[in-house]
Amino acid sequence: MDLQIALLLGQDGIVNGAIYALLALALVLVFAVTRVIFIPQGEFVAYGALTLAAFQAGKTPGTLWLLLGAGALVALIDTVIAVRAGALGRLKRIALWDLVLPAVVAGLVLWLEPGDLPLVAQVALSLAIVVPLGPMVYRLAYQPLAEASVLVLLIVSVAVHLALVGLGLLFFGAEGSRTTPFSEAQFNLGTLTVNGQTLWVLGASAVLIVALYQFFGRTLYGKALRATAINRVGARLMGISTTMAGKLSFTLAAGIGALSGILIAPITTVYYDTGFLVGLKGFVAAIIAGLVSYPLAAAGAILVGLLESFSSFWASAFKEVIVFTLIIPVLVWRSLTSHHVEEEE
Amino acid sequence: MTTPILEIRELCVSYGKVEALHHINLKVSAGQIVTVIGPNGAGKTTMLSAIMGLLPSKGEIEFQGEVQRNIEVEHLVAMGMTLVPEKRELFGEMSVEDNLLLGAFQRYRHGDRDEGKTMDQVFGTFPRLKERRMQLAGTLSGGERQMLAVGRALMAKPKLLMLDEPSLGLAPLIVREIFHIIADLKKTGVAILLVEQNARAALQIADYGYVLETGSVALEGDSRQLADDPRVVETYLGLGGSGAIKKE
Repeated sequence: MDLQIALLLGQDGIVNGAIYALLALALVLVFAVTRVIFIPQGEFVAYGALTLAAFQAGKTPGTLWLLLGAGALVALIDTVIAVRAGALGRLKRIALWDLVLPAVVAGLVLWLEPGDLPLVAQVALSLAIVVPLGPMVYRLAYQPLAEASVLVLLIVSVAVHLALVGLGLLFFGAEGSRTTPFSEAQFNLGTLTVNGQTLWVLGASAVLIVALYQFFGRTLYGKALRATAINRVGARLMGISTTMAGKLSFTLAAGIGALSGILIAPITTVYYDTGFLVGLKGFVAAIIAGLVSYPLAAAGAILVGLLESFSSFWASAFKEVIVFTLIIPVLVWRSLTSHHVEEEE
Repeated sequence: MTTPILEIRELCVSYGKVEALHHINLKVSAGQIVTVIGPNGAGKTTMLSAIMGLLPSKGEIEFQGEVQRNIEVEHLVAMGMTLVPEKRELFGEMSVEDNLLLGAFQRYRHGDRDEGKTMDQVFGTFPRLKERRMQLAGTLSGGERQMLAVGRALMAKPKLLMLDEPSLGLAPLIVREIFHIIADLKKTGVAILLVEQNARAALQIADYGYVLETGSVALEGDSRQLADDPRVVETYLGLGGSGAIKKE
């Protein structure tokens, strides 16, 4: 291997690592706040990419119907609960978020013919469809079990993952799609050629990570999420509801997932089930960080990305095996160095 | 007595099949300090948790003239009820200032942006917190942690402040300081429900008191009367006494 190949592989690894880093951050966030190991994270990646691809192919993405259906279901359940509790004040909120918002998005998509719109508008519409699915999934699958054990929540995650993958196949078919790059530009740095999409991925990841840092460090809602992660009872006593924190973290995770999908869609062909492997690599990075540390998760993700790209050069058949085997020494090391923490009661 | 801000009627709480609280009746009026004393395991913490909506209960809880059905913690906090729990439940990895800010979360959520002013008032009450405002809550001393827990609760501008064993684990001098501050808080108009094992200190600052034993109210009365009651003196204030008050 000469220097040029090493640089090329390194570039590849860092680009993938940046995406894994975003997903790892989302996984750490969701686990810290809700104790959910968010396996369906990858489906949001695929939904984001494929929704955008559907727009570009001039089709109406099936995720739109999922948004309307899930919204209606959430609205129905919450309305029944609100009426039973005599809390009719909640109805306005329910109608706004679960019925009006999806309907407005659907109206825009059907009326605008997104295929002819500029890329920014297509991306915005894709996010508008996929991101609200995050809190809806939380409401339908996790909220009724918010106090359950980590294991039960994990089982729910597997179920949600399988359901969403199945729906993905139904919506988008078995063929993969690619989207047009954000930029066709190419830059030459010495012997290394860097294309525009690479810079987009790195730039967007960096901006997103800084934005998340600011959100958690400066805004009260960000601090409220951290507080819930640190001390659930204390947070509830401040009036920070577990449900609000759960929905907010799922919204962020869905947003990060969908955006990651949109960023990688021009580089790799995305299939309905691509998200799972991508998400799983983010998960390996999150595990390296013990599902608690954000900086460690990001560093782990870069490591996973580099390992993946170099192993694809040396032993491409074993690329996934090598990446996922990384988790074994990490787990051994973690179990030797960290004291065992009992799951909260 | 003026109109009660909190009135609980026939409150029962069970853990599984075991009933821990039996038909408790209790009242707190605006501007009053009411104390609940009693031995370890009498159900004092259970009672506060049930009032706050952290535990399911039977019976009626009336707060600010409204009977609370489907009690939710978040709703009660927004209405002006706060609890400083026995374990403080601080956000250890966050700064003192952030802990205080989060105390105002429900106000902020409802559009009240005046938390800076309230924080100055809290710093006025607890100057020591101001000195440590950038320090992580987990690094504070026991007394400072208690002050932070109370300060954080005050950030919600509560109408009713419930304190669970504020003297627990603190040095006598700090206990005295905390009780002084609690007595001072009364002047700001907040009603206080004080649960304590330290009966002497609690009865000194309280207007009214209840004695809770094995899940029932054994005695109640003006705190001065209670402090003079031979049964209370013998069991909780005297030096030699032990065992519980027998219900008449």
